[in-house]
Amino acid sequence: MAERTQKQKPAPSRAEETVDEAPPVAASGDKLKAELDDLLDEIDEVLETNAEDFVKSYVQKGGE
Amino acid sequence: MAIPKVCGIETEYGILVRGADSNPVSASSLLITAYLGSVQRRAGWDFEDERPGRDARGFSVDDLLAPEVDTALVNAVLTNGARYYVDHAHPEISTPECSTAREALVYDRAAEEIVRLSMAAARPLLPEGAEILCHKNNSDGKGNSYGCHENYLVGRDVPFARIVHQITPHFVTRQVVVGAGKVGCELPGVGTDEVPFQLSQRADFFEEEVGLETTLKRPIVNTRDEPHCDATKYRRLHVIVGDANMSEAATLVKVGATALVLAMIEDDVLGDEMALANPVTAIRQVSHDPTLRQTVLLRSGRRVTALEVQWWLLGKAVRYAAGRGAEAVGESTAAEVLTLWEQMLTGVEASPGTVADLVDWVAKERIIDGYANRHGLDAGDARLKALDLQYHDMRPDRCLADRAGLRRFADSDDVLRVVTEPPETTRAYFRGRCLAKWPDAVVAANWDSMVFDVGTDPLRRVPMMEPLRGTASSVARLIDDSDTPAELLARLGG
Repeated sequence: MAERTQKQKPAPSRAEETVDEAPPVAASGDKLKAELDDLLDEIDEVLETNAEDFVKSYVQKGGE
Repeated sequence: MAIPKVCGIETEYGILVRGADSNPVSASSLLITAYLGSVQRRAGWDFEDERPGRDARGFSVDDLLAPEVDTALVNAVLTNGARYYVDHAHPEISTPECSTAREALVYDRAAEEIVRLSMAAARPLLPEGAEILCHKNNSDGKGNSYGCHENYLVGRDVPFARIVHQITPHFVTRQVVVGAGKVGCELPGVGTDEVPFQLSQRADFFEEEVGLETTLKRPIVNTRDEPHCDATKYRRLHVIVGDANMSEAATLVKVGATALVLAMIEDDVLGDEMALANPVTAIRQVSHDPTLRQTVLLRSGRRVTALEVQWWLLGKAVRYAAGRGAEAVGESTAAEVLTLWEQMLTGVEASPGTVADLVDWVAKERIIDGYANRHGLDAGDARLKALDLQYHDMRPDRCLADRAGLRRFADSDDVLRVVTEPPETTRAYFRGRCLAKWPDAVVAANWDSMVFDVGTDPLRRVPMMEPLRGTASSVARLIDDSDTPAELLARLGG
């Protein structure tokens, strides 16, 4: 319970911002879906043409 | 009071050559020498007069001119104070010492630009149609990992055991907001059916709680004690447990929140309440659970979610900053980091889709899931792994992170400026300015010293044991007013 209480506590200005930035779920959901569709259209164009070969050839040496 | 959390990020980039036979070591060398060559032309440096075979920690002239790059490891210091070198089989850039997470973000982004410029500079040196690809990621999906390390200045008087115990819960749980995401799992015997997607690139590779290793049996807390500054006063906490981030918010919070937690540990206000019973088990467990609902066992016997640990740390940090001030991490950066950290936690807890513009793993998972749904792909489909790799692709026309709608926090003009300019707030300023102004006279440069050849005298070494000396406010004027390094050294009292 202690953690729950603390989490509500951050400075009031921030708590307000959080509320502001959570738009109604339905509206944001539609917008997000449209954005995702656009993004996926673009990805269809830029994704490596032979994904399987690309993934297979992607071998790195360990580092650090 | 906690000492200033001077910080930096070192990133090893994945590297692949297409259309030509090459090994990753020579490809990395070529990449870096090509970049240095392009910088040389821009700055009008006359390398003809340089002597070959200078120390590797300065500009390695042999390599710069070599039409065919040999396998000698390239190791250069840049005018922005960064180090650009071949580490094992990867190109690596260490940002200069930065005084805040915000500054580290801008230099981390500049490092990406340097890699992009390097790829472009290397292209004409390669056979027709060949190219070098770099990825800002940490694993090839086949069990090979390479790092994105962070460094933080910590007071030598802070008991190391306290740092280990109290930072570990943060390192295990911070991946819920700063994990870069990964398709599949690289633990032996664990398939994509069990772990189709996880929070972190790196969690699979950690096998110890604490230790010196970085390439085998990697520890959550690395004990490398190489401060690159006055060892009687400072430690450099070398953090190997993080992911390379594409999201700028993630880089800000990765470095900023960790700096805050370290400041709290240094001031001994954190406590052991969240000490984990089994950190190595926990770091994987947390990474393998994008629902964020699983609990991990604390030493006290309680079970908590990773989010609860993060909320607890955030609550402590908010009170710490409000009560004592957050001067050690920079007041304005602290305020920015605390706000973002809270926003990211709130988002991943309630509705991850709302923070797809801030959190890398959420942005990546959204792409993977969306693509799989659209094309009806199974979890193990190679195209999903290709998406994962391409999220981190440094080619602007291929990078998926650039297209994912991630919010920008670094000004793009600042990023381009600091490709060549050092931070004004640390000793990197002195290093970078001297290299830019007197490239021929700098025989060697490293983190804590520079060696000048001023002509007839013996070589002159300038020690730089204090990370916060040699800043613009203390030496800009001296450098501006000196026509030669000899004049500068005289003014410095050397």
